[in-house]
Amino acid sequence: MPKNNGHKKLNRRKFLADTAKTACGVGLFGLALGMYGKAASSLPATAIRPPGALAEDKFLAACTRCGLCVRDCPYQILKLAEFGNDNAATGTPFFTARTGPCEMCEDIPCVPACPTGALDHALVDITKARMGLAVVIDQETCIAFQGLRCEICYNVCPLRKEALKLEYRPNKRSGKHALFIPIVSSDACTGCGLCEKACIMEEAAIKVMPMHLAKGELGRHYRLGWDQKGKQGKSLVTPDTEHKFNLPEGVEYDYYGKGLIDKRQAPLTQPGAQVEKTPFSSNPLDTLNKGFKEVK
Amino acid sequence: MPVTPLDQLGREAIAKKGWFAAHKFLLARRVVQLAILGLFMLGPIAGFTILKGNLSSSLFLETIPMTDPLLFAQMLAGGFFGIASSAVIGAVLVFAFYLVIGGRVFCSWVCPVNIVTDTAHWLRRRLGIKGKTKISPNTRYWMLGLVLVLAVFTGTMIYELVNPVSMLHRGLIFGFGFGWAVVLGVFLFDLFIAEHGWCGHLCPMGAFYNLVGKAALIRVRAPRRDLCDDCMECYEVCPEKQVLPAALKGAKDGNPPIILSSDCTNCGRCVDICGVNVFEFGLRFNGSEESCSKAESGSCVKAQA
Repeated sequence: MPKNNGHKKLNRRKFLADTAKTACGVGLFGLALGMYGKAASSLPATAIRPPGALAEDKFLAACTRCGLCVRDCPYQILKLAEFGNDNAATGTPFFTARTGPCEMCEDIPCVPACPTGALDHALVDITKARMGLAVVIDQETCIAFQGLRCEICYNVCPLRKEALKLEYRPNKRSGKHALFIPIVSSDACTGCGLCEKACIMEEAAIKVMPMHLAKGELGRHYRLGWDQKGKQGKSLVTPDTEHKFNLPEGVEYDYYGKGLIDKRQAPLTQPGAQVEKTPFSSNPLDTLNKGFKEVK
Repeated sequence: MPVTPLDQLGREAIAKKGWFAAHKFLLARRVVQLAILGLFMLGPIAGFTILKGNLSSSLFLETIPMTDPLLFAQMLAGGFFGIASSAVIGAVLVFAFYLVIGGRVFCSWVCPVNIVTDTAHWLRRRLGIKGKTKISPNTRYWMLGLVLVLAVFTGTMIYELVNPVSMLHRGLIFGFGFGWAVVLGVFLFDLFIAEHGWCGHLCPMGAFYNLVGKAALIRVRAPRRDLCDDCMECYEVCPEKQVLPAALKGAKDGNPPIILSSDCTNCGRCVDICGVNVFEFGLRFNGSEESCSKAESGSCVKAQA
């Protein structure tokens, strides 16, 4: 590089002052950006990433915000977050289930379109996508819980009977009908959001939530005894001794609902059976009319 | 010849070369800038795709991937190493392209913010706004460092949250939101606060491309620097005026008549504006000067006489 002759000679004091000034200015900008970035990087629950998206923190390192996934989505549901309008990190792709859910294309065109792998190219089976998890979030207003027939979420679910099942429960209000309750299974639900889009309510009662909001997690030390028993083929602890009530002969206890069963009564009610002698007649009128006969 | 007054800027070149020749590279740059933007917008508007995506990453004719190498660097800094092949190929292609033709060619021929800041500068000159906040042009390297360091510490491409360059380009193609406010901020900053403030002093993308173009082959040369009549018009229009003296006035220090500083954006405004055709585009090698007798242009002969 040739020498630059136009430069004035810098003295050390000025150089240090200028450098400090620049460093402070840039540092302040960095601080502000860091603070803003922390707030701006929290994905709102309603913004759902395209299929195959890496975990949010990795995604934000990997996504160049180029919009190639947006361009290749045949249903045009994806959008790049706009600065100030959408709360997702500026320029990153998302969709809103209520207005435009993922239609779960079999060839998942948005995923290979991603140049960086922020949408993981290992995802080739759309049923393996986990964009979020549908949750029947309001059981007070979902009309299925009122005993009304709806089941639209169940009917639109691309993985009906796997991701979304109907469970029949007795309708206690009418006493004779069934409730058709939608139950989501996190094993199969892809979080596509078709159920949320289809929900007939003013505000959907079933919503796709980010996995970390939708799922609980059992303490890591927990072991479910029956699972372990199944795996090992035997109980891992000394089996419980069978519980016994100290009951008289002919009386049993049913644990599954009937409760106390007194088999001794059964033969007594049969015609011609010997009636146990008691001071009271089996006819209540005898007791009521007891005194009157004597007066007469 | 005395220093040209501001309102006379470009008169001599127009008079001698004609309006088009005196705006040749400016027009070419605007055409290229708008054509690139237009190609990106063709898909969403006309449903006919040649270039897809945006400047961050794109796909040309469904085959050639391109990725901004600074974003690629931020990906690595953010700790994402499992980068898919098309981004790797794309970043290498873009890097190699600017390595050869001049890193900051991105700034003056591709970047959409260039139109914004050039407009600010034009307006600043028109309105006679003199307010200058002194910012070191080296601040951009601090900004570049900051961008990468923040990526390391946050594990995300955090600068992309506010980057006016990608925000403007993405905004035009995919929807702005309030991104226009950031772009307006850059415009007002350049107009009122600091001359060439954003592109010439602060933009970390400019700093990055500056480094990429350190050894670029295509450079502006000043083979007829003897003819310079000190009108100072090139200084007035040059977005990085510190690059000019070495090539233009460096004969006595043994500097070749080539703008070797990678600050130069290869915008060609100096070539356009010079009434005596001192400048031209060429390669960085072979620092020979044309003697005026060899020059064929009328202005040279006239100046000689």
